[in-house]
Amino acid sequence: MKKPFFAKKSAFFTLILIVFSGIFSSVLASDETGHEAEPFNASEVILHHVMDDHQWHFADWFVLPLPVIVYSSEKGLDIFSSGRFYDEHHNTIEYNGYKLDHNHIYLADSGKAVLDLSITKNVAMLFINAALLLFVFLSVAKGFKKNQGKAPAGLQSFFEPIILFVRDEIVKPNIGHHYERFMPYMLTLFFFILFGNLLGLLPGAGNLTGNIAVTMTLAVLTFLITNFNGNKSYWGHVFWTPGVPHWLRVVILPVEVVGLFTKPFSLMIRLFVAITAGHIVILGIICLTFIFSSVAVGIGASLISLFINLIELLVAGIQAYVFTMFSSLYIGMAVEEHDHH
Amino acid sequence: MDLLLPGEGLIIWQAVVFLGLFFLLARFAWKPILSSLKEREQSIQQALDSAEQAKKEMANLKADNEKLLREAREERDKILKEAREAANRLHDQAQADAKKTSDKIIEDARAVIQTEKNAALRDVKAQVAAFSLEVAEKLIRKNLADDKAQKDLAETYIKELKLN
Repeated sequence: MKKPFFAKKSAFFTLILIVFSGIFSSVLASDETGHEAEPFNASEVILHHVMDDHQWHFADWFVLPLPVIVYSSEKGLDIFSSGRFYDEHHNTIEYNGYKLDHNHIYLADSGKAVLDLSITKNVAMLFINAALLLFVFLSVAKGFKKNQGKAPAGLQSFFEPIILFVRDEIVKPNIGHHYERFMPYMLTLFFFILFGNLLGLLPGAGNLTGNIAVTMTLAVLTFLITNFNGNKSYWGHVFWTPGVPHWLRVVILPVEVVGLFTKPFSLMIRLFVAITAGHIVILGIICLTFIFSSVAVGIGASLISLFINLIELLVAGIQAYVFTMFSSLYIGMAVEEHDHH
Repeated sequence: MDLLLPGEGLIIWQAVVFLGLFFLLARFAWKPILSSLKEREQSIQQALDSAEQAKKEMANLKADNEKLLREAREERDKILKEAREAANRLHDQAQADAKKTSDKIIEDARAVIQTEKNAALRDVKAQVAAFSLEVAEKLIRKNLADDKAQKDLAETYIKELKLN
């Protein structure tokens, strides 16, 4: 009874090992062709995987060039494939007066940075994420329409408890009785982050929710919603804290003003760090195999990375929860009605 | 450190796509989903409330029934008690009446007897007096030949009268 189970398990791990080695052998191969006999640079590989890119590098034999959209006052709007920046040996070359340097596009002659609106790997991930969210939740909404007055079914019954969790455990307790107004934003936020986190864990996927531009945009949205909905008592607390001596209010004022900005800043950093760090840990463990060039280390690293991957699944949910929870909390503080002063 | 610098292109795309996603989902997904959820919750709440109400009404009904039953029982007991009392009263009264009647009859009878007795006595006295007179007349007619005898007789009578 025990043996087939063990055999199955080890077969599974071997499969994972093969998959990961497949991915990384391609990474190694690209290094070898580019720079002859250069030692394996783990940090470069890892950063390459967690950062944005103008092309989607699934494997060395399968690189998807993504469209580059650039705008500069000198040359106007230009759209072309990012494949134009590479010759047949994967060396970067200049194209049409633009040059690509560490994923930034500059004007070749003046070296001035251009406005880069390219569909990068993360933008493509963003589109996939948005499309998936639209597909899933429009069908969930359709399920609600179809099963009106009946028990939920299918996708609807899977997502309904999560929607209820967001409503009853995150938004309602933190915002209070005005919570309904913020539900659409909170649900979009929660599922955007959750789906983004989970999609980012797929092999070859872009690190969307671990990108600081993405987390910054989300944090800024929460910041704007919080402060545009701030009521009199909220601003009263910020600018003229009640219940403390006057001279102390002057001291508290800058602290409160800084506090306005540290809240979204913490949102931005927390999500970025949690997701990116997870990816870096997994990649780092896998890179051990290539640093040691050993099968034994490969097996061990695969096992550990499998374990970390499972933790990352957990983190994906936790970070979506935490971001939504803190957003609700900040908005709740802004709309809370004080009657005890 | 490029990792820590937000790229402007991604910020713009993220803002545009996220806001677009937000408006689409808010309009076509969250609105119907949240309203259906609310509707369902309300209908469940209503069903629970009406069940509770029905239960309460049932309990009220039962209490009413019990109250009615209790009242009926009390009423019955009261009626029975009254009937018993009335019967007793009637009985007592009848007894008293009978006693009174019998007493009266006895009294009357006694009175009649007394009258009859008196009448009879009076009769007897009258007859005794008549007999005495007759006897006296006969004696007087026979013995009034001599004075002495008359005198003795008269004295005896007088003695006798004094004794009476």
